[in-house]
Amino acid sequence: MKRKDLLGLRGLEAEEIDLFLREGLDMKRLLKQNGKSLPYLRDKSATILFYENSTRTRSSFELAAKYMGAKVVNISAASSSVQKGETLVDTGKTLDAMKNDFIVMRHPMGGAPHLLAETVKAHVVNAGDGMNEHPTQALLDMLTMRERFGKIEGLTVAILGDIRHSRVAKSNLFGLKKLGAEVRMFAPRTLVPAEIGKMGAKICDSREEAAEGADVVMGLRIQLERQHGGNFPSLGEYARFYGVNDEIMKYASKNAIVMHPGPVNRGVELTSGLIDGESSLIEDQVLSGIAVRMAVLKLLAE
Amino acid sequence: MLYRNGTVLIGGKLKKADIRTENGKIAEIAPDLNGKGIDLNGLTVLPGLIDLHVHLREPGFERKEDIESGSRAAVKGGFTQICCMPNTKPAIDGKVVVSYIKNRAREVNLCKVHPIGAITEGQEGKNLAAIGAMKKAGIVAVSEDGKSVLSTKLMANAMQYAADFGLKCLCHCEDGSLVDGGVVNEGYNSTLTGLKGSLRAAEDIVVAREILLAESLDLPVHICHVSTYSAVQLIREAKARGVKVTAETCPHYFTLTDDAILSYDTNTKVNPPLREERDRLAIVAGLKDGTLDCIVTDHAPHHEDDKRVEYDLAAFGISGLETSFALSYTALVKSGEMSLAELADKMSGNPARTLGLEGGRLEVGAPADFIAVDPDEEWTVDPGKFVSKGKNTPFAGRKVFGKVKYTVVDGEVKYKE
Repeated sequence: MKRKDLLGLRGLEAEEIDLFLREGLDMKRLLKQNGKSLPYLRDKSATILFYENSTRTRSSFELAAKYMGAKVVNISAASSSVQKGETLVDTGKTLDAMKNDFIVMRHPMGGAPHLLAETVKAHVVNAGDGMNEHPTQALLDMLTMRERFGKIEGLTVAILGDIRHSRVAKSNLFGLKKLGAEVRMFAPRTLVPAEIGKMGAKICDSREEAAEGADVVMGLRIQLERQHGGNFPSLGEYARFYGVNDEIMKYASKNAIVMHPGPVNRGVELTSGLIDGESSLIEDQVLSGIAVRMAVLKLLAE
Repeated sequence: MLYRNGTVLIGGKLKKADIRTENGKIAEIAPDLNGKGIDLNGLTVLPGLIDLHVHLREPGFERKEDIESGSRAAVKGGFTQICCMPNTKPAIDGKVVVSYIKNRAREVNLCKVHPIGAITEGQEGKNLAAIGAMKKAGIVAVSEDGKSVLSTKLMANAMQYAADFGLKCLCHCEDGSLVDGGVVNEGYNSTLTGLKGSLRAAEDIVVAREILLAESLDLPVHICHVSTYSAVQLIREAKARGVKVTAETCPHYFTLTDDAILSYDTNTKVNPPLREERDRLAIVAGLKDGTLDCIVTDHAPHHEDDKRVEYDLAAFGISGLETSFALSYTALVKSGEMSLAELADKMSGNPARTLGLEGGRLEVGAPADFIAVDPDEEWTVDPGKFVSKGKNTPFAGRKVFGKVKYTVVDGEVKYKE
């Protein structure tokens, strides 16, 4: 792949997304056969640099790199050190000097991976930057959808939850639109970002409208740490007026699947029954995550 | 001293004339004066530019700029008088800092530097600063620049107390609780970049407050760096009903929109933030119809270390003294929006009138502060050539018209290209 970095899906061509997904599906097949000692990154090293807490995404990247033979180093820096410690540019130069081939970074501020990418020779993979993008999450979501439905084009995907603070919602919107899906969104007005409708999302007036005939119903985590401004009165009120439950799922298509990037607030974004139910692909998303991250690392290195 | 053969802006008209200066004043303006002098043939002579909104950073932040480098940038940009904002360290909140700045400026001896005093001690928004003592020491206005005075009551008191000393409040308008950490305009591009947005209302609410205070108290007020279409409308309506409000904007608000943030270039981070095309158009319209009186730079120089960081962490501000005239000339005069005489009013005459400064006009008896420019010279903005310590500009590589060739202060050449 000609591209050095994966910073977001906004700047990708549909063909590039398709390439990641096809490679990801191959990787997922290998993983299902327990293929965990693949040779693709045997002479490569990767640093996983997280300025925000994460268990899921970080371990997913780490395993993805290790399953392909890369040497992996983990750095967890508390968010506060962004303000106090070494500058990102200096950290990047140091990691470059250590001969890293990849830097996988999560950072609380939008655009931080762009700054890193223009500083370092290493491939930069954005593992989530502030409210901007989380490209591998959207790729794994799309991989899960494609595996289930055989295609992305023509699907109707309803996204409900904290869209304003969600890099996942935006990366999914950019990716899904490029591959021809319809994207609907519903959230309290306080949690809908400005003018996202102009980016191709259909902003709905109710849960029912969002779910009507949808193939995918995706809940997004209500990020409690970001709700200091009083965006809604309480989790109870959120669940009652904005959460997804069996009643809402009745509006969706009969083969509809339930997704969530995790971690879930049980009984808030989705009822426990839905999370654990037959239509839920939440666990399958986890395996898709490793597969698609393997695909991303492999293709960027080629 | 004699300045010969320039095309001089006199009474709103361009006329071929010579200017003779004496004791720092203009002694004569007339064609074909006798004597040797500096030949300004082919150049247009305008009153020296006056900038009401400059951050010189000294004392306290000399790594970003100091009075000497800032003054050097000023005269290179055609400014003969600049007013410096109080957010230094210590803040300009007492006579000692005022005197220090005035003394340094005299030693530097380039342009005239007028300190602006803080409204409250340490710009902390609690107690009024020593406005009377600062006036004695030479401030020309008061401002809490960089933020608004949170307490409306304290702001009302400030307007009244400042008025006792013949001073205006220059108001930076920003409702901090609504900005809530926003770094760019809230809209399409904030969503696209994931950068935290700030609503126009965060600016407009305080613009409205200051206008209403001025109206209730029947006192003058000046609104700083207007960036929104809605604030332009608030000011227009206030002026129409007789409120004594004046207002300024900056070149970046009529030459850029927030499309510039899409690159995450931290040189586009400025407060208030770059807005949208409808705002840009309203700013141009506001300048044309007189709603916006002045063009200022909000010259905010920063060290590269303050900008080469994540967008959220980067310092706000643009180093503007060396590009302001050319950007304004290109965007407003070259494009046909206004005449050169009108631009000179925005950048010299009106700023002088707003604060009651001498200057801003070319006539016998006025201070011999003027510039000679080549309006037709095209050049490319290159921050590497800035004499300001602040190389932070979003205009690098932009082609502009209008080059300052001479800057004359009190009859002496302080800058020559």
